[in-house]
Amino acid sequence: MTRKANHQVVTANHLLEGDAVWFTARQDWSRDIADAAVASHEEAAQALLNAASKQQDKVVGPYLAAAAIDANGNAAPAHFREAFRTRGPSNYFHGKQAAGA
Amino acid sequence: MTTIVKNGRFLDHDPLALSFKTLEDGKTDAALDLSSDVDPVEIWHRVRWAPALRIHFPSSADGRGFSIAQALRKAGYRGHLRAFGHVLADQYPLALRSGFDDVEISDELAARQPEHQWSDAYGRIQGGYLERLQAGVKRAA
Amino acid sequence: MYLYSQFDEDFVRNRVAQFRGQVAKRLDGSLIEDEFKPLRLMNGLYLQLHAYMLRVAIPYGSLDSAKMRQLAMIADRWDKGYGHFTTRQNIQFNWPKLNDVPDILDALADVGMHAIQTSGNTIRNVTADHFAGAADDEIEDPRLVAELLRQWSTDHPEFQSLPRKFKIAVTGSPNDRAVVKAHDIGLRMIRNESGEPGFEVIVGGGLGRSPFIGKTMREFLPKADLLPYLEAILHIYNLHGRRDNKYKARIKILLHEEGLAIIREQVEAAFARIRPQFQTPSDELVADIARYFRKPDLPPRGTGSFEGLIAANPAFRSFTETNVANHTNPDYGIVTISLKPIGGTPGDATSDQMRVVADVAQRYGHDEIRVSHEQNLILPHVAKADIPAVYAALREAGLATANVGLISDIIACPGMDYCALATARSIPIAQEISTRFDELKLENDIGPLKIKISGCINACGHHHVGHIGILGLDRAGVENYQITLGGDGTETMSLGERAGPGFSAEDLIPALERLINTYLDLRQSRDETFLQTYRRLGTGPFKAALYPQTTEQEAA
Repeated sequence: MTRKANHQVVTANHLLEGDAVWFTARQDWSRDIADAAVASHEEAAQALLNAASKQQDKVVGPYLAAAAIDANGNAAPAHFREAFRTRGPSNYFHGKQAAGA
Repeated sequence: MTTIVKNGRFLDHDPLALSFKTLEDGKTDAALDLSSDVDPVEIWHRVRWAPALRIHFPSSADGRGFSIAQALRKAGYRGHLRAFGHVLADQYPLALRSGFDDVEISDELAARQPEHQWSDAYGRIQGGYLERLQAGVKRAA
Repeated sequence: MYLYSQFDEDFVRNRVAQFRGQVAKRLDGSLIEDEFKPLRLMNGLYLQLHAYMLRVAIPYGSLDSAKMRQLAMIADRWDKGYGHFTTRQNIQFNWPKLNDVPDILDALADVGMHAIQTSGNTIRNVTADHFAGAADDEIEDPRLVAELLRQWSTDHPEFQSLPRKFKIAVTGSPNDRAVVKAHDIGLRMIRNESGEPGFEVIVGGGLGRSPFIGKTMREFLPKADLLPYLEAILHIYNLHGRRDNKYKARIKILLHEEGLAIIREQVEAAFARIRPQFQTPSDELVADIARYFRKPDLPPRGTGSFEGLIAANPAFRSFTETNVANHTNPDYGIVTISLKPIGGTPGDATSDQMRVVADVAQRYGHDEIRVSHEQNLILPHVAKADIPAVYAALREAGLATANVGLISDIIACPGMDYCALATARSIPIAQEISTRFDELKLENDIGPLKIKISGCINACGHHHVGHIGILGLDRAGVENYQITLGGDGTETMSLGERAGPGFSAEDLIPALERLINTYLDLRQSRDETFLQTYRRLGTGPFKAALYPQTTEQEAA
């Protein structure tokens, strides 16, 4: 079950690979949004973004994105754009959707 | 503090040793600072006799200074033109090709982009298409 | 085909080396991302939703088999086995890695190609009529001018950090196949009363969130004055274009806010200052460039089995009706290779398909290939006697879809499947439209119809000039599609009118069906195109078709 709240995650693109990555509680980056650290209020979100923004040697363009929490308690995309970023394009089976296959 | 880059080298002192005034100071024979939003046509009569002009680059993405320099040179300005502010080593050839004599950058930028990057860039001022088109050089078969 | 001189070769290699250095500087911290971004963009490298994207220039849309094969090699070696041809005569690779890009650029340089100024706030790849040198309505081949402009604009020291991107297009024919009025500068070749060649200079066109049709800044500019005049326009734009708001930074807004008369005055004054000091390229240099654009020798060939096969094979006949255009030489035709297979991604070609096109061009097409702004490929000089063989080879590779100019020949931007700026997807909409109207078997009956789809207001899919334009937006977290009607990107250019509220992805295709059925009901004959019917009747009946309930309510 997905419930909507004021959850946010920090996401960016990987500097070398270019793909979507999410900022984790361990202050590093994961290719899986489920690993993302979730901020539940604005102050925490800003703190997360500030920490992530210090890692411009690893990523490009970190930003806050609204998130949902899935049945396992993990972060999940709240908007279709962010959902595409977890999968890849719809015209070919490329990108993250193919990585797990 | 700032660093002057000339001929691909970091200088340890400013050879101009001039104090730059603003246009608002009203002097016409002093070295002048120009902001990036001046209209070179409008200010021409006030700057033409200045021994040196320092044109401000507020951001490396703001290319107005290149056009200001070009306009002043085409109008016949023969004094010293200095690009001042956020100019990257990779933009150094553009500045020189636009008519600047040297570049003045922050020490922070000079630390991130050390002298050898400017020397490398200095080696790239030749070989431009524009100069070749204008020279009308005959090309080898 | 223009071939690199030693000068071009040295320049491009140096540029690759410079970019290799810039990547290294980004990685070692000498350049921060804000500084690196404009530098990578002016070398064609974007960062999109899922990966980097490299946009490679195909200057004025001209390729040969060696270049095409190299693009195929790059697609296989560093990408995912395909490339995407864009509306501005570029090809995009959607999956390169940052560290591979300098090697890709070197591989491009091996065949005289580059990605310079395909993005960024620079003068972009200059586009031209894709039928250049072959069309029967041409005054002069625009590619010589386009190549001169490429050289002039490449690394021009004054114009590498403009307020915003700057696009130039050239057409050599009265029939505008280069959409010149939708460019920052559009050049239309004309002759004055004394028969001297020159240009009508059109400035300030553009689509995007504020669409404008370009305005004539100079009715007639002598050919020799072209470079200094363009330099004057760019000079005024660089100094005075807005830099406070990227959505108001194009020259069209400067023209709109200041007025054409004032900007013209400034440009003419700048031109008067620049002209005397501007050394015109030498005749030798121009002649040297020109020799690469000589028309190939086209010996008389008769038409062979061409006419016979048209009579015997309906599929071939349909291919020739839509995909073969008149050549100046009656024994030859201009063959358009559709990159719009039914249900496919508009503009995409696999590496295998690229190699087939290269083979066909080399064997039957005087080794010339063009890319059109409508995202198709062109073989500009094919003997009619060879078209049956060309058709067979293309058909085998899935490249003989007979739909050029028809409803499934859709222009679509990459949309939210790839682009970081997009607000909705474009590609699946194009796929659904082409699949649906193929099922209905209505395509040929509907006739000439241009559908253009953009996935955001920046309008890379040119929706404003589609006979039917579709604009994808994000409405409260759901993809929503607005329809515009009556746009036209040719010499009779007009901007489409928004029909009304947008549609969900599910409701869009049925709405388009109602729209098309209304046209089929209302047209005076099969010869009256959708656009003509729309211009004759106005929006009324088409809006009623799109919004039946609203109209009933209003009537009640």
